[in-house]
Amino acid sequence: MASHDHYYVPAQSKWPIIATLGLLITVYGLGTWFNDLKAGRPDSHGPLIFFVGGLCVAYMMFGWFGAVVRESRAGLYSPQLDRSFRWGMGWFIFSEVMFFVAFFGTLFYVRILAGPWLGGEGHKGVSHMLWPSFEFAWPLLNTPDPKLFPAARDVIDPWHLPLINTILLVSSSVTITLAHHALRKDHRSALKGWLGVTILLGIAFLTLQAYEYHEAYTELGLTLGSGIYGATFFMLTGFHGAHVTMGTLILIVMFARILRGHFSPDKHFGFEAASWYWHFVDVVWVGLFIFVYVL
Amino acid sequence: MSAVIDEHGHGHEHVHGPAKGLMRWVLTTNHKDIGTMYLWFSFTMFLLGGSFAMVIRAELFQPGLQIVEPAFFNQMTTMHGLIMVFGAVMPAFVGLANWMIPLMIGAPDMALPRMNNFSFWLLPAAFLLLVSTLFSPGGGPNFGWTFYAPLSTTYAPESVTFFIFAIHLMGISSIMGAINVIATILNLRAPGMTLMKMPLFVWTWLITAFLLIAVMPVLAGVVTMMLMDIHFGTSFFSAAGGGDPVLFQHVFWFFGHPEVYIMILPAFGAVSSIIPAFSRKPLFGYTSMVYATGAIAFLSFIVWAHHMFVVGVPVVGELFFMYATMLIAVPTGVKVFNWVSTMWQGALTFETPMLFAVAFVILFTIGGFSGLMLAIAPADFQYHDTYFVVAHFHYVLVPGAIFGIFASAYYWLPKWTGHMYDETLGKLHFWLSFIGMNMAFFPMHFVGLAGMPRRVPDYNLQFADFNMVSSIGAFTFGATQIFFLFIVIKCIRGGEPAPAKPWDGAEGLEWSVPSPAPYHTFQTPPEVK
Repeated sequence: MASHDHYYVPAQSKWPIIATLGLLITVYGLGTWFNDLKAGRPDSHGPLIFFVGGLCVAYMMFGWFGAVVRESRAGLYSPQLDRSFRWGMGWFIFSEVMFFVAFFGTLFYVRILAGPWLGGEGHKGVSHMLWPSFEFAWPLLNTPDPKLFPAARDVIDPWHLPLINTILLVSSSVTITLAHHALRKDHRSALKGWLGVTILLGIAFLTLQAYEYHEAYTELGLTLGSGIYGATFFMLTGFHGAHVTMGTLILIVMFARILRGHFSPDKHFGFEAASWYWHFVDVVWVGLFIFVYVL
Repeated sequence: MSAVIDEHGHGHEHVHGPAKGLMRWVLTTNHKDIGTMYLWFSFTMFLLGGSFAMVIRAELFQPGLQIVEPAFFNQMTTMHGLIMVFGAVMPAFVGLANWMIPLMIGAPDMALPRMNNFSFWLLPAAFLLLVSTLFSPGGGPNFGWTFYAPLSTTYAPESVTFFIFAIHLMGISSIMGAINVIATILNLRAPGMTLMKMPLFVWTWLITAFLLIAVMPVLAGVVTMMLMDIHFGTSFFSAAGGGDPVLFQHVFWFFGHPEVYIMILPAFGAVSSIIPAFSRKPLFGYTSMVYATGAIAFLSFIVWAHHMFVVGVPVVGELFFMYATMLIAVPTGVKVFNWVSTMWQGALTFETPMLFAVAFVILFTIGGFSGLMLAIAPADFQYHDTYFVVAHFHYVLVPGAIFGIFASAYYWLPKWTGHMYDETLGKLHFWLSFIGMNMAFFPMHFVGLAGMPRRVPDYNLQFADFNMVSSIGAFTFGATQIFFLFIVIKCIRGGEPAPAKPWDGAEGLEWSVPSPAPYHTFQTPPEVK
């Protein structure tokens, strides 16, 4: 197979420009929608534009990823190209880590520095004069200006749903590793089994997370608007949940590919990349559980 | 190992030239096509951002309000900064990386060619979204390119939503571009091209790409928090909910300070190729150059709060960030020393790339020294938000980043076009740029030290003379860049045919292929000894 030791440079492709237009339409629609909502303008075209853009992006993903899968199965990808994918996925996950670093940094800054200052402690405690009656405590059950930002009545108890979710996600990291070992030993039915279990664990996690959000909004008064506690809580858990959703979708695609007989014991980077991503969302969750829920 | 260029989607071994017509550019996966598009896009944005600067300088030509309303003036300063940073300087370096990195390391193309095309096309989309906000009701972004909250949240025009999404698109583009650069450098080097044999442009880009992947997501994070504060009732940047407007500045400058090195490190690399070529001597201290670049990159992550000395950082913080910032002078000094030592006792000639490179070394050093002055926290209390800061960062960005780009363009134009550019016109472009730029920005040091605040459409009478000089210099510099466009077009359309290696002191694999470089190069990697 001559092409196997060649570095494959693909022909012209329509997918990048479709991706660009799709993303542009999506964010234009989203921006229009948000602005119309805020200004109270009825009959916004935003949702429709957003929907059209989303369809373009979905079409692009099917098309582009489909092309890559076909090329890979046609044997066009050399081991060297495989390494390019590995570097690419690895650095992509690093960029995701840095995205979460921004929000964890926000949480630590508020808890360790800005919050106590606002409560009158430390080097910049002079900012206490803005709201002299404000006392800082974490979790933040009173905000400086409760009219603008009504605080939550209570916060989520880490030792119920979040603990169950931790167990679910950590086990899912184990099951996907078992699936990977099965793939390497070419045990296809074990592979399907463990991957199926991983997907179910992901869905169970998301269901519990949705239930927790519901409880936070309806029973605890913990919302996006309940001061910096609500803001950091929903930002961190929300983006994590979005990543779990994405990861679950990726795993479902992998499951469908495995049912079609894709991947071999020595060539399965698509699966491996999905499992890297899954481990990444798991590690982020452990950080969340410790710093958002427990401490 | 060699490369298969798939022209028809069937993996044919024989190789054709580029496709015909417009779709060649829209659908291309070729690193040279994409590099060319990046460079033209960057130049277009340079002229657009430059025309906004002309509006600013025209208004500041005299004290008083003559030409624009203050509200529009604010939009001009904001857009000028955003366009120059994200639209002109960064894409120019990505364009140079696309063109030159595969040629310098003997790779058939970039590692992920389709993603490369995606990275490029996102930029015109992002800037279409951003620039179109100027025409929206309420006007475009008016809160400065640093978009401090709450100016950019509570008090922002409606267009801030589109500004946020435009930043997201630019961030996606930069991250994908950087991933591509890293994968190319780490995986596609020709056999024998060890890391410590790579040209410095490749080294500096490797480190720049790392910085991009580390900080662009943080920028995405901070604009997302803005979006949430504006539309979804969160209080990240509002103390009324327990948040902190200063938090915005911390997160922004955690991105922003590495960002300034993103805009200068590739220029360091290019100049480190150009100075040896025209000194006819190898680069002095190659290894120390590599380590100095790494040191600068590391330090760039622990100095961000020097932008915030007057916002009320605890004294411990002020001291830490002050000393950490001063440390950057050490590796930067190593670099300047090495460039000067490379020239020392060399057989120097001063063709246009060398003129720009020498001016780079001298003028960037001036910008570095004013940076050192600003790093001293108690002194910064006086300089902060004055024109001294404007003078400082224009000295590192114009004769730093932009002159580095010009030097690179003249140095590699023969390789890109197959023609020599007109040397006389090139030198004229250099001298007019050099004089115009110094005239525009040097007086800003004086008005800044005398207390003229930045981002104002009107000013005290005592600053009038220097401002008029600045404006004349700026108009000269601006008009000269249209002349540069003429030089480039003339070079593309004809001129003395360029040999494979037009500069006798030049080194590197890019000179081993013909000029103009064929559409596909190094399908079989060269052996590097």
